[in-house]
Amino acid sequence: MNRRTLLASAAILAATAAAPAFAQDDPVKAGFIYVGPIGDGGWTYEHDQARLAVEEEYGDQVETVYQESVPEGADATRAITQMALSGADIIFTTSFGFMDPTVEVAAQFPDVKFEHATGYKTADNVSTYSARFYEGRAIQGHIAGSMTETNKVGYIASFPIPEVIRGINAAYIHAKKVNPDVEFNVVWAYTWFDPAKEADAARALIENGNDVILQHTDSTAPQAAAQEAGDVITFGQASDMSEYGPEPRVSSIIDNWAPYYIDRVGAVIDGTWESQQVWHGIDEGMVEIGEISSAVPEELKAEALDLKERIASGEYHPFTGPINRQDGSEWLAEGETATDETLLGMDFYVEGLTGEIPN
Amino acid sequence: MDFGSINPVLLLASVMVSATPILFAAIGELVVERSGVLNLGVEGMMVTGAVVGFAVAVNTGAPLPGFAAAALASAVLSLTFGVLTQVFLSNQVATGLGLTLVGLGLSALIGKPYEGMKSPTLPRIDLGPLTDLPVVGRLVFGHDIMVYVALALVAGVWAFLRYTRAGLILRAAGENHDAAHALGYKVIRIRLAAIFFGGACAGLGGAYLSLVRVPQWTEGMTAGAGWIALAIVVFASWRPWWVLVGAYLFGGVTVLQLNLQAAGAQVPVALLSASPYLVTILVLVVISARGHHGAPGSLGRPFHASQ
Repeated sequence: MNRRTLLASAAILAATAAAPAFAQDDPVKAGFIYVGPIGDGGWTYEHDQARLAVEEEYGDQVETVYQESVPEGADATRAITQMALSGADIIFTTSFGFMDPTVEVAAQFPDVKFEHATGYKTADNVSTYSARFYEGRAIQGHIAGSMTETNKVGYIASFPIPEVIRGINAAYIHAKKVNPDVEFNVVWAYTWFDPAKEADAARALIENGNDVILQHTDSTAPQAAAQEAGDVITFGQASDMSEYGPEPRVSSIIDNWAPYYIDRVGAVIDGTWESQQVWHGIDEGMVEIGEISSAVPEELKAEALDLKERIASGEYHPFTGPINRQDGSEWLAEGETATDETLLGMDFYVEGLTGEIPN
Repeated sequence: MDFGSINPVLLLASVMVSATPILFAAIGELVVERSGVLNLGVEGMMVTGAVVGFAVAVNTGAPLPGFAAAALASAVLSLTFGVLTQVFLSNQVATGLGLTLVGLGLSALIGKPYEGMKSPTLPRIDLGPLTDLPVVGRLVFGHDIMVYVALALVAGVWAFLRYTRAGLILRAAGENHDAAHALGYKVIRIRLAAIFFGGACAGLGGAYLSLVRVPQWTEGMTAGAGWIALAIVVFASWRPWWVLVGAYLFGGVTVLQLNLQAAGAQVPVALLSASPYLVTILVLVVISARGHHGAPGSLGRPFHASQ
């Protein structure tokens, strides 16, 4: 084959691949962009479990691809573009920092559907989806405030974005309710996944007298550090992390993305996909509360489960006034609940939290 | 600002622990680079060491065999790099990057069954009255054995390069491999030995991460530590004791800023996290302004006896 025939056949191949008649018989290709490795035991692990659930549900009708450990920023643009070019019909980008790259790539591929987790920018072919993790944080705060003996709760935060700040506020408000003396110490790790740094952060908090560690990073390293230190309790983040139970891990927030992914990939298969913004919580099952372990007193466990029920039924909203901002100005009046809009853009601490949010 | 709750002794002890993995990897890479080879696969060798060390420690129930196995596994892995670059003259940069990718993939595969498992811990040494001394006891006599091994390695490498004939030959191969070859030294053999040593050190560093510092196995857990080790070698301008300074500086800044935050101090987190890299750039600028850098003359250049 000389070069000219090679080029010609390549062109024919490209033309047939692009023909829409073919596309309908092909399985729908669903792509996933992950911020960490699928074996992180936390955030990315759960997204990948949901990907497997999609494969299970649709069998031959769907083909999935994923790329793990994609850095947030310019490299994400390359990875998403690559996935779109490789023929993905729908692409899930599963970290906040993929927001701008997703929107940017989506503008160049109007026929590809994009689903961005935890962000707020949409387009005709970009949906956003997120879970109301703060509902789970409220329950963790309740348990943390009740169980701390030093009245110091450590919080390993990742990046100063609304989702993380919301979690800190929700946990603090509910810890403070049961324990007026409680104090939160927040450490910003500036990473989603770095086991060594997460373990160092947990150790620093423990050495400074915190006996409860909450984490908003993706690996199980803080659990391991707490276990080593002893007499510290932790909560699983994003995944159950039950291998660290019954102590230090006393409960967890589990992200269950499977129903949503199955629903959205299904919408692409039958051609009903439309851009939307969803934010599901305990009620819809996107946020699950992992087994509360035997290290938690029965009475407290009952309280926590009751709180969960009331949040799920909509009877109680974790952000119900009166709540003031950190500077003392009023945010929510007596009985008022926070609007989703404020929550989605939350960039302030509530009254009582010390320290500043880095910008 | 309140630093009341920070215990300086514990803080310094944590710095030493958190610097140890990169210290191992960096001192190994220093020897490799002094022999004239640039191995960018440190990350891959570290993560391989982390998983092999963890797996062996879990299966044998003791951490020390884990360290030994990690060193061996990473050294053997590094030999693939050695054979490719030294015998088949492949490009060192590309092969090194390939080694990193292989290490990350291989470790994820080996590590699957070990996720969420616990490893036996490496106890701190206890020298009785010495360890009970205030401040000094914890800092000097209260670490686990691998911290001392890392320090001893630095001293050993320094003495080897400076005072021994073999060290001189290794440096000769790194500075000018043609001259070394003309003098009858086996440049390729010397370099393979250096690569093997560098691999073993990176493996120890990785195992220290998974067995002591974190301690658990998580896929991709080195999270860039290998690249920091490479930066430290440059920062140190290829001198052993400066590697120690660099590792403690890099490890120290991370632990310090986390502790300051935990104590409630307002610190510019982003700036502090970036500071080791800024310092490295500054050092490079200063070095090049002075007109001579410490880089070995033949660093990264392929060698073949026929040329």
